[in-house]
Amino acid sequence: MRAIVSIAGLTKRYATGGDALKRIDLDIREGEIFALLGPNGAGKTTLINIVCGIVTPTSGRVLVDGHDIVRDYRAARSRIGLVPQELVTEAFETVRAAASFSRGLFGHAPDPRHVEKVLRDLSLWDRRNDIMMTLSGGMKRRVMIAKALSHEPRILFLDEPTAGVDVELRRDMWGLVRRLRDQGVTIILTTHYIDEAEEMADRIGVINHGELILVEDKARLMKKLGKRQLTLNLQEPLAAIPTELGEWSLALNANGHELEFTFDAVEEHTGIPALLRKLEQLGINYRDLNTKQSSLEEIFVSLVSDRATALQ
Amino acid sequence: MSVAFNRHGTWAIYRFEMARFLRTLLQSVLTPVITTSLFVVVFGAAIGGRMSEVNGVPYGAFIVPGLIMLSLFTESISNASFGIHFPKFTGTIFELLSAPVSPFEIVLGYVGAAATKSFLLGLIILATASFFVPIGILHPAWMIAFMALTAVTFSLFGFIIGIWAKNWEQMQLIPTLVVTPMTFLGGAFYSIDMLPPAWRTVTLFNPVVYLISGFRWSFFGTSDVGVSVSLAMTLVFLLACLALVALIFRTGYRLKH
Repeated sequence: MRAIVSIAGLTKRYATGGDALKRIDLDIREGEIFALLGPNGAGKTTLINIVCGIVTPTSGRVLVDGHDIVRDYRAARSRIGLVPQELVTEAFETVRAAASFSRGLFGHAPDPRHVEKVLRDLSLWDRRNDIMMTLSGGMKRRVMIAKALSHEPRILFLDEPTAGVDVELRRDMWGLVRRLRDQGVTIILTTHYIDEAEEMADRIGVINHGELILVEDKARLMKKLGKRQLTLNLQEPLAAIPTELGEWSLALNANGHELEFTFDAVEEHTGIPALLRKLEQLGINYRDLNTKQSSLEEIFVSLVSDRATALQ
Repeated sequence: MSVAFNRHGTWAIYRFEMARFLRTLLQSVLTPVITTSLFVVVFGAAIGGRMSEVNGVPYGAFIVPGLIMLSLFTESISNASFGIHFPKFTGTIFELLSAPVSPFEIVLGYVGAAATKSFLLGLIILATASFFVPIGILHPAWMIAFMALTAVTFSLFGFIIGIWAKNWEQMQLIPTLVVTPMTFLGGAFYSIDMLPPAWRTVTLFNPVVYLISGFRWSFFGTSDVGVSVSLAMTLVFLLACLALVALIFRTGYRLKH
């Protein structure tokens, strides 16, 4: 698939010292939802701000739909909509005026119908004449999205879109992102809510200390790094794991009431049928069983901490 | 889409800034009008009555061009500096920096709007003053030209201050400590011919002298310094501001990291 954003050898060193980004290479595919994961201060926002023209890179090159962000900034920027992390609004403007302003700023002729559609999509139409400073935080977040969508971007950057928003707005936001993707908009979102990435993303990039640790298809990432667990609730507690079960990696939990079997999700032969047969032979009965796949959060934590250990 | 000029973007900025002006129309217009009226009444009527004519012009009328200039300076600076400082302060400047607008278009939008406002205000002040004292304008076209040039130049200057200032206190620093004293010492209320020779020489280093002198010439046909010198000095100041703005955008000074 074609890369709509192509980042090569991108670095950012601030005058004060610190390397915010260390040689980032990344291709964003057209039409995908790409989630950039990483702890606070990892470099997510710096990366986005460089692509959008707010921060000047120290070195490297970024192409947006084939246009260099420095030499051909007009073409590059007119394709991008940005919703930054912080809630910043033109305090004294009305919702509609703010959205219309953004549309004009990005070089589009006024189109009240399009602005109306965007405001309706974000449930803002009833508030169109409200002054921004009278809006709640969630409403302001919607306005910022409306502003970014008012100029019909092909690429949308959402920097921590659901930080501090309530559950309803979060659901709305996810719905909106999917609708946009269906319309062919490429979406790049940063988050430190793993469930968000897990729910939304097609691909995931993990960034930490200014380095892109990995970029992977979400399903493949979870498969590759995911562990699965089988938990058996025993009828009679066990004092110790019988030696006959030595070939499986087992653990006893809940005072011997639970037998936990951890296995790799990738392996074809998980060993479950054999284990269950063996248990029957040994007369160990269970009331219930369930399997669970490790979440992206667990994968992420292990990735980041592995890295930290390796660096020490 | 590769356009050479983002007219919708420039227009959006201009309109946005003008809307701010209209929203605060009462304060924007009333304050300078009242200030000017007070100056004209106190200096022109109360004190001017006891003074002889200055260069053949009644004192009440003589101070009017100076007052208009004083308002043009302060209003242009405050309008333009506020216009660009406010988005920096609130953070909405991210949108401007990420938009497909060139520095020229940004300046045209912000400075154009600020200059328009202070130009209109200059006309309103002139109308107000003419209620109190009879004013004839000898060279109307030059008067308009000087007013427009001054409005643009000081709006550019204000734009620079708005970017340079790190906080609201710094925004006031240059208008209060530099511009106002220079205006008062620049012959707003007197002809520099009235000064002792030594002070007169010192005063000639004050650029504001040339602006006021040229402007006053367009009203009464008399001036402290030659009109061409006035015009040249105004243009020099304009070009200096333009060069500084260009430098700011090239280096991203206090705009980008």
